[in-house]
Amino acid sequence: MIFSIIRTGWMNLRRDRAATVLSFVVPIVFFSIFASIFGAQRSSTPKVTVALVDEDQSEHSKQLVAALLQETALRVIESPKNETQKFDARSAEAYVRAGKAPAALVIPKGFGATSIHFGPTTDRGPAFRLLADPSDPIAKQVVAGLLQKTLMTAMPDMMISSGIDALDKWGGGLTPQQRSIFGQRVTELQRRPASQRQQTTNGDSLVNLQVKDVVGNNDKTPLIGFYAAGIGVMFMLFSATGAGGALLEEVESGTLDRILSTRVSMRTLLLGKLLYLWSLGLAQLLVMFLWAALVFRLTLRGHLAGFAIMAAATALACSAFGLMLAAASRTRAQLSAISTLAVLSISALGGSMVPRFLMPESIQKAGLVLFNAWALEGFMNVFWRNLPLNSLLLPVVVLVAWALAFFLAARQLTKRWEVA
Amino acid sequence: MASALEVTNVVKSFNGARRALDGVSLELREGEVLGLLGPNGAGKSTLVRTIMGRVAVASGEVRIFGRPAPSGDSAAREHVGFVPQEIALYPLLTARENLMVFGRYQRLGGDALDAAIREALEWSALSERADEQTKTLSGGMKRRLNMAAGVLHKPRVLLLDEPTVGVDPQSRERIYAMIETLRGGGVSLIYTTHYMEEAERLCDRIAVIDHGRIIALGTKDELVRSTIGVRREIIIETTDGQRLTQLIDKADEMLPLMKGVEARGLAVRDVTLRVPTLEKVFLHLTGRELRE
Repeated sequence: MIFSIIRTGWMNLRRDRAATVLSFVVPIVFFSIFASIFGAQRSSTPKVTVALVDEDQSEHSKQLVAALLQETALRVIESPKNETQKFDARSAEAYVRAGKAPAALVIPKGFGATSIHFGPTTDRGPAFRLLADPSDPIAKQVVAGLLQKTLMTAMPDMMISSGIDALDKWGGGLTPQQRSIFGQRVTELQRRPASQRQQTTNGDSLVNLQVKDVVGNNDKTPLIGFYAAGIGVMFMLFSATGAGGALLEEVESGTLDRILSTRVSMRTLLLGKLLYLWSLGLAQLLVMFLWAALVFRLTLRGHLAGFAIMAAATALACSAFGLMLAAASRTRAQLSAISTLAVLSISALGGSMVPRFLMPESIQKAGLVLFNAWALEGFMNVFWRNLPLNSLLLPVVVLVAWALAFFLAARQLTKRWEVA
Repeated sequence: MASALEVTNVVKSFNGARRALDGVSLELREGEVLGLLGPNGAGKSTLVRTIMGRVAVASGEVRIFGRPAPSGDSAAREHVGFVPQEIALYPLLTARENLMVFGRYQRLGGDALDAAIREALEWSALSERADEQTKTLSGGMKRRLNMAAGVLHKPRVLLLDEPTVGVDPQSRERIYAMIETLRGGGVSLIYTTHYMEEAERLCDRIAVIDHGRIIALGTKDELVRSTIGVRREIIIETTDGQRLTQLIDKADEMLPLMKGVEARGLAVRDVTLRVPTLEKVFLHLTGRELRE
């Protein structure tokens, strides 16, 4: 008897394509997406893009630039794409602010004269400036570390010891007093706790490096805007596809036949559904961001215009996408399977779950095909980078274009219900 | 009597398969109730959908009050109402809200919409349940509301697709009364049903469709004469519950039949002589073979 129950379950599952897809295909696709994102990073570390400014233009600074350009973990750019004019500190900062690179490194004027300092000293010469976007916390660590690595390849105490030995040997010999002082310093360095040794990006590091976050300086909760947008967009997609399924319910219940027997055309009906889904999406995003503002101190005031523009464009694209998926499906069960697969996939690739800067560069580029990646980009421009409203033009154009394409596809797909 | 609706030589095939409508011609006269009968798959629904403009026909024409009504032309069907077989309502909306929605879809508004909703609720005897969610109404109430939603714009032609499916006798009587009210108001109706007694009771004329063709059309008496002739149906019931049915040409054939029953050792309990029912006509025309 129990065997019959098990058999019946498997027979039903085998004939229910939607349930089969949800059981086997969705997990595999989802696993593959994450394996592509994170698995690829194991085989080759993703390069960190850094805008490089050489204010010194000395022999030493040029040597450093050449060395950094050879560094395989960095993608060093000295000028913006398609421009010959090299970065200066201001343009490099603007570049980071615009989200085109997570960090910029400025080699200060005077670096060549005082290139390397051993040990703590008040007179440490001009400091390197690392201008960073803290939404990518990994990038500035990588750049700082690789800068030190490039400048020096050994531990500082060893470097000092070697330097003392070299001085002793080739400089005519040290006095006992000098030897005692140097030995004391080496011992001090060796005795420093590990926690202090790691503070190499600030303070008494071997390289005088000042790190400055140039984006979101006043925001104490830096990535709340990103997550509010990421999660908001993902759930807007879920609810848009779910609510778009009302169209299939209309077909199944016969209300579509009834509606089309009135003075309402399919085009009007679709437009009405789209606007309903759009208003629903707007309300969802508003609730999400208000919650983020109230509970997580997201700075909504001052960003209202940008929020309104991005919310309107994002909700439009998500609504049209949901409508298209519903129109492409034959049943609610099929829609459920397709939408789960589609929404989870594009949310993962578009950056709703994992920030795109953590993905390999190839996947980051591929992700730009997805409309939700542009939505998140726009929200980041508003809430994180504090960019002016004209920075939203491209994301909005892309989102509206996708919305139009989705709507036209939905219109085409619904013709089958109109006149047989 | 003028024509409310004319269907002329309509042909429709789906995916190159057998013709769903194979040269159908039909006339609905003003103020009449025309029954549309046919086995499952005979072409009834396709014909109704054609009249509603939802089928692109290969050839033929539909005219409504003399005006051509090509498929997809909703303006040409402004005087046509449609009550689908399904309960095509929003279950979470109240009865009144459903009527409001479908009234607006018919471009009604303001006082005209309010008046139409009030009349429709009274007509369907749902005024007292108007503000309850549709999903909480009984099957019969939903059926009546389903009809009410189709008449808000006061159509002059109404297509009713099996409006009494699955309702109890009381609700069915109420639906019959609603239809009589419509007929009294001069509305022309096409009434699709599988219940023969319903067609006999309500319809002025009956069209039988099979294999995409109208195979009989006329009043019930005309259909009987044209198919079975002037013969009558005799039903002899015996005391042990057996039932013998036979067609006879003359009344004097009754006695030998009754004697034959008694000769088999059975006692006659009741004898009925009647004009053959529409069901008899229907089975005569379409056969007893299962269609699905």
